[in-house]
Amino acid sequence: MNARVSSTLKFIPSMGLSGATRVSGWMLGSLLLALLALMPVGAVVFFAIDSSGDIWGHLVRTSLFSYVSNTFWLLLGVGVSVFLTGVSTAWLVTMCRFPGRRVFEWLLLFPLAIPAYVIAYAYTDFLEYAGPVQGLLRTLFGWQSAREYFFPEIRSLGGAMVFMGLVLYPYVYLLARSAFLEQSVNVLEVSRVLGRGPWRTFSTVSLPAARPAIVVGVSLALMETLNDYGTVDFFAVYTMTAGLVDVWLGMGSLAGGAQIATTMLVFVILLITLERISRRHQKVYQQSSSRFRPLPAYTLSGPRAGLAVTICALPVLAGFVIPVLVLGRLAIVYFEESWTPAFRTYAFNSFALSASAALLALLVALFIAYSRRLHGGRVLALATRIASLGYAVPGAVLAVGILVPFAAFDNTLDALLREYVGVSSGLLLSGTVAAILFAYIVRFLAVALGQVETSLEKVSPSMDMAARTLGYRAGQALVRYHLPLIRGGMLTAVMIVFVDCMKELPATLLLRPFNFETLATHVYQFASDEMLGEAALGSLTIVLVGLVPVVLLSRMISRSRLILGDPAR
Amino acid sequence: MAPMQSHQSDRSPVATRPLLEVRNISCNYELERAVFDLSLTVNRGEQVCLLGPSGCGKTTVLRAIAGFHPVLTGGIFINDQQVSAVDVMVPPEARRVGMVFQDHALFPHLSVQNNIASGLHQVSARDRKEAVADMLERMGLTRHAKRYPHELSGGQQQRVALARALAPRPLLLLMDEPFSNLDQELRERMGQEVSDMLKENDITCVMVTHDQNDAFALGDKVGVMEDGAIVQWDTPYNLYHRPQNHFVADFIGSGVFLEGALYSVNGVTTALGDLSSETALDWIVGSQVEVLIRPDDVIYDPQGPVKAQVIRRAFKGAEIMYTLRTSSQITLLALFPSHTNFEIGDEVSVRLEVDHLVVFPKGSIPE
Repeated sequence: MNARVSSTLKFIPSMGLSGATRVSGWMLGSLLLALLALMPVGAVVFFAIDSSGDIWGHLVRTSLFSYVSNTFWLLLGVGVSVFLTGVSTAWLVTMCRFPGRRVFEWLLLFPLAIPAYVIAYAYTDFLEYAGPVQGLLRTLFGWQSAREYFFPEIRSLGGAMVFMGLVLYPYVYLLARSAFLEQSVNVLEVSRVLGRGPWRTFSTVSLPAARPAIVVGVSLALMETLNDYGTVDFFAVYTMTAGLVDVWLGMGSLAGGAQIATTMLVFVILLITLERISRRHQKVYQQSSSRFRPLPAYTLSGPRAGLAVTICALPVLAGFVIPVLVLGRLAIVYFEESWTPAFRTYAFNSFALSASAALLALLVALFIAYSRRLHGGRVLALATRIASLGYAVPGAVLAVGILVPFAAFDNTLDALLREYVGVSSGLLLSGTVAAILFAYIVRFLAVALGQVETSLEKVSPSMDMAARTLGYRAGQALVRYHLPLIRGGMLTAVMIVFVDCMKELPATLLLRPFNFETLATHVYQFASDEMLGEAALGSLTIVLVGLVPVVLLSRMISRSRLILGDPAR
Repeated sequence: MAPMQSHQSDRSPVATRPLLEVRNISCNYELERAVFDLSLTVNRGEQVCLLGPSGCGKTTVLRAIAGFHPVLTGGIFINDQQVSAVDVMVPPEARRVGMVFQDHALFPHLSVQNNIASGLHQVSARDRKEAVADMLERMGLTRHAKRYPHELSGGQQQRVALARALAPRPLLLLMDEPFSNLDQELRERMGQEVSDMLKENDITCVMVTHDQNDAFALGDKVGVMEDGAIVQWDTPYNLYHRPQNHFVADFIGSGVFLEGALYSVNGVTTALGDLSSETALDWIVGSQVEVLIRPDDVIYDPQGPVKAQVIRRAFKGAEIMYTLRTSSQITLLALFPSHTNFEIGDEVSVRLEVDHLVVFPKGSIPE
């Protein structure tokens, strides 16, 4: 009887809770923030098109092709590496039972704590000619010089692929793991009953169903690869990021930098598209049932168990344990030289800058997420989307996109003041930490926004209505009732953004004021001067701080069977 | 049928202005029309209900009254003040309405007394304390003042929600499916309790629900809604016994429709005998019609003229609901006292005793 009625009117849960119908300060503010977040990308493209074509022509004739091809090969190599490592380990820990599985389940996340440039520094020290590995080989075999034996060149494109793969595979691992966990047990059982063995079930049922999640993981890892500057610079692999910095700082051409940045945006758009499309498929393929049912497991024993343990232990050893040991040893050996007042200043800079950026990102995220809750609608949904695109834009590209408009603003302001007031404002935005803060917020807003939105969704809409009918305005309701209820989510958001900022290198390096150092830039400077020992303490600090969210994530994993969502938000 | 007129005609001619007036409002929900040209009027101290299946637009009406949903046409007046119109939107916090929700929406981080105090932020600390103590007392919650919502039972949470909504002395109380989260027994008790409390304190209230028992327990007047419009605005008694269309007849209570034909201005011939109406029927003699037979219209009578076979039975405690099939293959629902313990397949004799004949022209059943 009711079916007719309910089919004519769609029942969709709550849209807006504002009470105010049309445009409000919340809405206007959110749109403005979204536009600000979009500004760097717009500025890059505008500036690249607007600038004279000489540099572009020069770039096309000389180095652009090698930048693009190096980037392409690096992305391909890292993509294959994270795919193989991430999927195989995820499948083993979810579908098989072997000794140590439960420990590996969370240990496999640990390499996420290490920035790519730090692992590159650690392995260079470990594997270079004067390092312990080659030294041991020479002692064992009695070799006298490098000409007597073959050892692969660490500081190469291949090296970059391997080391980036080692710290970026957890993106794939996390998403593939939850995709495998969410697959319907029934479907797997049907496949077995229909006579498919474990391998055929994996290749014809599990893997295709998890494909969207895996693609999301790979595209996130590739966004990080594209973002990397520290590793490729240290290994002298001229990718587009390295080229951008070289053209900008080395050749002094910001316009050329902008043009390379625009070319990079093509890669960015491809990766975002790949991620978005896969996320849509993911929603269809992964429909988690509320009922808990343990997955049927293949119990491994003997050599098979040994193989499984080896496959899971290798990435953890190579991606976390070895680099941390190497850095730890160096940090102890070089402690006297490293633990200086200057170091403490850099550490303070890092902490202060990252903490401010994290708090500001939280405020912006709260504002946008709450506006969206108040108003609903497509415009704000789009604004949220735009505001969270920064995670895909490489730091170097952001730096160009921020410096151009900030410098223009500073110059205009300075000129105006000189003319009318007779004072100089100097570089108000472009020459101060404001530029770095802005870059951090744009780049990591997605993380904060994701956390805040997820927490807010858990607060029932009737809570808003209750507060409003009890006489509170929208802003008062937010402060009195929402904030206490989403404390946990806000804390997580601040912490993750804080750590991401601590690790960030390219934007910090390009936008920092003269003589201003953070831990990341300090580590980079020493490494560039081949002083890996002096860089170790800073590197280790960054890794230890980076471990905090990873440990948190691990605890969530070991507590609950499922960890939904993705590491990027 | 238009609720405003039928309602006002029931009232004494003394010109007491209604507390709530909803005039010809229309609302969209996610770009689709959810409420069409709807009007209703509620007087001071009156409790009314909007009753309808999910998706009929009843909650949208409530949200529009509270100020969470804009209107596209018409207007809403509370205490003679226009609060909603096409270009008017008084924010919810300025409307002086109280609201109670299906999930209670208690603030989980506040104790019972702080929950109740949360609407009293504009009064002095002393008055606030007094008002909270008074509310706790009235709701029988004094012992639980310092507890937190998750430590309370469903019924206690319900009372806290009500106390919180009433503490600021709103002009109008709005309730959205307030009893849906409670189990059946508690639900009936709370319905009665809340109804008594509202009556005693002379509180004007609009409730929406999909449950007719809730509506009947609380509403002086009930508006049955279908597809964004009120199809009948009436007392619970009339909704059951004098439904004005098929939808209401179908939605309220149970029963079957019997085909028949008018043999006089107030008589209908059916396969189960002739039935007569107290009032004249609207159609010309000879028209094909359908007659609503409620389960309580079918009386067990060993001498009854209609013979039928039991094909299904559902035990309801004091009564048993039988599904019967007559020799002429007509299906009837019948509610007999529990001591009539027939088994499936048994033959029973019944007669029809229809006090209020509900007749619709044939073919108006929405199938």
